[in-house]
Amino acid sequence: MARRALQRARLTCAGLLLALVFLAPYLVMLFTAAKPDAELRTSPPRLTPLHWQWSNFVDVLGDPGFQTWLRVSLVVAAASTALVILAAVPAAYYTARHRFRGRTAFLFLMLVTQMFSPTTLVVGLHREFFELDLINTYAALVVTNAAFSLAFAIWILRAFFASIPREIEEAAAVDGCGRLRVLLRIVLPLSLPGVVTAVIFAFIAAWNEYVVALTLMTDPDKKPLTVGITSYVTAYVQHWNSLFAASIIAIVPVVVLFALIERHLVGGLTAGSVK
Amino acid sequence: MRGPRRTRRATEFRAFLWLGPSLALIGGVVLYPAFQLVRASLSQYSVTGLYQGSVGLRNYARLFRQEALPTVVANTVVWVGVIVAVTMLISMGLAQFLDKSFPGRRLVRWALIVPWATSLIITSKLFVWIYDYYFGVLNPVLQRLRVLDHPVDWLGDDATVMGAMITVGVFVSLPFTTYVLLAGLQAIPGDVYEAARVDGASAWRTYRSVTVPLLRPALLVAAVLNIVYVVNSFPIVWTLNDRNPGFGHDTMITYMYKIAFKSSLRDVGLAAALGVVNVLLILVAVLVYLRTVRWREQEA
Repeated sequence: MARRALQRARLTCAGLLLALVFLAPYLVMLFTAAKPDAELRTSPPRLTPLHWQWSNFVDVLGDPGFQTWLRVSLVVAAASTALVILAAVPAAYYTARHRFRGRTAFLFLMLVTQMFSPTTLVVGLHREFFELDLINTYAALVVTNAAFSLAFAIWILRAFFASIPREIEEAAAVDGCGRLRVLLRIVLPLSLPGVVTAVIFAFIAAWNEYVVALTLMTDPDKKPLTVGITSYVTAYVQHWNSLFAASIIAIVPVVVLFALIERHLVGGLTAGSVK
Repeated sequence: MRGPRRTRRATEFRAFLWLGPSLALIGGVVLYPAFQLVRASLSQYSVTGLYQGSVGLRNYARLFRQEALPTVVANTVVWVGVIVAVTMLISMGLAQFLDKSFPGRRLVRWALIVPWATSLIITSKLFVWIYDYYFGVLNPVLQRLRVLDHPVDWLGDDATVMGAMITVGVFVSLPFTTYVLLAGLQAIPGDVYEAARVDGASAWRTYRSVTVPLLRPALLVAAVLNIVYVVNSFPIVWTLNDRNPGFGHDTMITYMYKIAFKSSLRDVGLAAALGVVNVLLILVAVLVYLRTVRWREQEA
């Protein structure tokens, strides 16, 4: 009995150490974010600030540049999430409930697109939006983000839809509900965890996206957070504390949301392979 | 409920309505840009991006004559090979560890989420700061631990840049990989272990003859998905290698991006040719993946 307890204590210690290893870089981020400007360039460098200047966070929140990037990120992420759900729900529902010619081809196409990141296609994407005159528009960023989260959303939603017994839907249909009403009133509420997972995944993917935004959004007023905050540290200015204060503001909500859907992530990302 | 007289054509039309929005998105933002990419690889453009006509396969011929190409390809092989191999090895251990139950396990799982959920560009910037020769914390920490006797310019020294970037690459790949392998481990039924124990198998023997074979599907999935992710990976090399001129430490993705969008070059046709090569490489990996998981419709 005592040996077992000792064993568990040992595992806990190892676990804490492991957690520290993964969090250590982000602790450096937090400490740097709280340093006054003068302490950024001390030699030898100190890990923690001498004076904890938490007002750095307030300053960043008050920076008009940061407010612009935050607004762009929120608008783009919210719009692309809405678009993902609008497109994924009917597709997931139909493929979960019906067999039809082209179904295999459709699901195959989804699997293949999930493997591609917009980075690989960025030259083609840039050509497309350049020719359509959509450089520096939210629309370009929104549809791109939506398209690359679509496969995950369809996969997660399909699994939830398929697990709802058909009898429930049939009963509703007998009661005179049309197919769309069945979907909206019965299927979606019953698949709420799946919908939440798809929403959070699509939102985070858009929120974190960098390459396409870097390429398409050259107008300073149209840059999202990921691209905007890098201007705190350039060859000419090095506001590492502002960069990291902004980064922390950007990542805390995302980490919390991610933790909420953690259980469903692996299934969605390894689509088609994990049953 | 399905009307017996409904024609097949009508069913297909219905399907098209339900799948339409998804097809439009995929068509407009994946397939069409892929087509544009191929077209661009066969064309010539002005520095400002205007179409100047077709040049056949000349961009590909030029691509293979680029002096930087052998280095970039070698970098990509090292970048992908080392990250995937090291990530898989460490993740095997981590997954095995997280499969045990102990107080605080949740905390470890949450800690793993942080690098996973954080935008790669932010983590990349963070490591630029940590690696910094003058003000970064890595050098003093290693000096205090007596690993180093003098500071190293991790991101400026040709000998250490790739290693420094690969370390970050492994760091951000571990969470996903560990989670996939953990899911695989938890899918192994407990009575298999029970049987091995009854047969008197040692821990190592059980691991080799029971765990690893049963984990094979998860291992393959994790490996192939990692290869795809790491081939596609952009922000780490883009950010950590930012200071260094030329293409000495670029991978195929960042090399392509520099050719296309860095002001001095702006050679869309050449970049597109490399882009097509990248797409083909990933397609091959995807096909291997689908074969590996033996993807079938009924499983989907």
